[in-house]
Amino acid sequence: MNNYNALIIDHSRPGRRGYTLRNTEVDQIDLSEVFGSDLLRKESAELPEVSEPEVVRHFTNLSKKNFAVDEGMYPLGSCTMKYNPKINEEVAALAGFNNVHPLQPMSTVQGSLEVMYGLQNALKSISGMDQVSLLPSAGSQGELAGLMIIKAYLRENNQQYRNKIIIPDSSHGTNPASATMAGFETITIPSNENGTVDLQALKDAVGEDTAGFMLTNPNTLGLFETDILEIAEIVHGVGGLLYYDGANMNANLGITRPGDMGFDVLHYNLHKTFATPHGGGGPGSGPIGVKEKLVDFLPGHYIEKTDDGYTFSDNPKHTIGKVRSFHGNFGVMLKAYSYILSMGSDGLVSASQLAVLNANYLKESLKEDYVLPIKSVCKHEFVLSGLIEANGASTLDIAKRMMDYGYHPMTIYFPLIVEEAMMIEPTETETKETLDGFIIALKEIAEEAKTSPEKLKEAPISTLVRRLDEVTAARKPILTWK
Amino acid sequence: MVKEGLLYAKSHEWIEVDGKEGKVGISDYAQHLLGDIVFVELPEEDAEIDKEDSFGVVESVKAASDVYMPVTGKIIEINEELEDEPELLNKDAYKNFIMKIEILDESQLDDLLTKEQYEAYIETIEHE
Repeated sequence: MNNYNALIIDHSRPGRRGYTLRNTEVDQIDLSEVFGSDLLRKESAELPEVSEPEVVRHFTNLSKKNFAVDEGMYPLGSCTMKYNPKINEEVAALAGFNNVHPLQPMSTVQGSLEVMYGLQNALKSISGMDQVSLLPSAGSQGELAGLMIIKAYLRENNQQYRNKIIIPDSSHGTNPASATMAGFETITIPSNENGTVDLQALKDAVGEDTAGFMLTNPNTLGLFETDILEIAEIVHGVGGLLYYDGANMNANLGITRPGDMGFDVLHYNLHKTFATPHGGGGPGSGPIGVKEKLVDFLPGHYIEKTDDGYTFSDNPKHTIGKVRSFHGNFGVMLKAYSYILSMGSDGLVSASQLAVLNANYLKESLKEDYVLPIKSVCKHEFVLSGLIEANGASTLDIAKRMMDYGYHPMTIYFPLIVEEAMMIEPTETETKETLDGFIIALKEIAEEAKTSPEKLKEAPISTLVRRLDEVTAARKPILTWK
Repeated sequence: MVKEGLLYAKSHEWIEVDGKEGKVGISDYAQHLLGDIVFVELPEEDAEIDKEDSFGVVESVKAASDVYMPVTGKIIEINEELEDEPELLNKDAYKNFIMKIEILDESQLDDLLTKEQYEAYIETIEHE
């Protein structure tokens, strides 16, 4: 672990430059003559003035302090931190893709359109939906677009009185947020003792004001909703629509399809299921899929194949409006399509099967030492509820100690319905040896809690910064570098 | 710890009734469950909110949780101290109320739990 801990601005010296444009033959223009002086800033921007090697060293040193799936296992539940094959990066870096401009004549970008068309079709066939829009630029944006489509569909059918979206308490936190943003009221219903949707609670909650029901399947406890057909019947029975949060698609590939379960609209997270970079490595992409009756509401064009080649469809008749400029995050689409094609349909099925097998192997191996609240077979992830013999050690202590063992911690304190929750998702890309190493580490931590609990309370000890004071950081945040 | 003389909702809010008015806060059990509280979103004064509808949010390091009206009421005062010192709810959840309300339907008070009933209720959810 290196001790580098500077900000780029710390390296700044007046007048230092990475490179300069010399001997320009172009006359300098006074910007105030072009834009008017009222549009120009009065003080110069405080940008760091640094040399190129300083920039490279700064970011390389910072990157070495990060933990990445290229370094080790990253069992962050609900995030599907699978390994991203390097071939995806190679494909996305090809000049023919990398140097195109979104306003180029369509005849010159047929290859790019073919990729988008192919991805659209793959996502249709994986989900069982009738049409897909690649425009949304993140899972969250896809979710919002999906709910806006439900809203627009109800308005078009003169059913504005349907203003309630029902969400189980095991749902992703984004679900109620998206529903509220789209102008719905949310109703939360409790899970039953098996951790799945409580059918009676759902029956009690639905009515003529039901706009829809949002579900993640498998849910955040990693459990497949076995009553899914009955759930669909209940919601459709009162005239509501079914929204599928595709965050957990990694357990379903080629095995079950949301379209067949009765869902009307879904979003994908390409970065999870289809091995494209997460978060800061983004940008993201959250395509949405819809059934036939909702195609007219999609947020803009999709790709069509005609006798003259690939082309953009007309804007859908009742479109909710563009949610993204141009055609979405094309680089991410390339990586996802590269992944889908290199895996093949058999490979995708194996990926889901192995993701489920790996999760169950960990679950069964850890239940002697950790509380396992839901004992049934899980899908791609499972949730523990702290140590059986905690001896004062909290889930937070366990997570911090894992860093000393060289693992990224699991997701903690989510889902909210499990106390001291530890949500573990190994993904399909870990070998048995890696999983065994992880099991041994968690068992050693369980032993430490009994024999030397201070080790857990002091953890992490091997990181550049020790345990951070999250409470003070949240109560009295310092948001600027000065 | 459950305080004598207050009425409690199953969603862990308390109300201290004083004539037609009442102080509302969260129970000690609730603050303990949430852990270190870092933010309290207070309601708007003069707002009328129905029983069991959300009047604000209490956010801790672990979770953000809606807080619900024990009875239908009109907000007449909010405890602005909580904006700068949300940790007051951890220090003393009963002394530090979140708001004062005008109780609009006194009959709803009958639906709330007494100290003994709330203690028994906590007992049942603890043993689930």
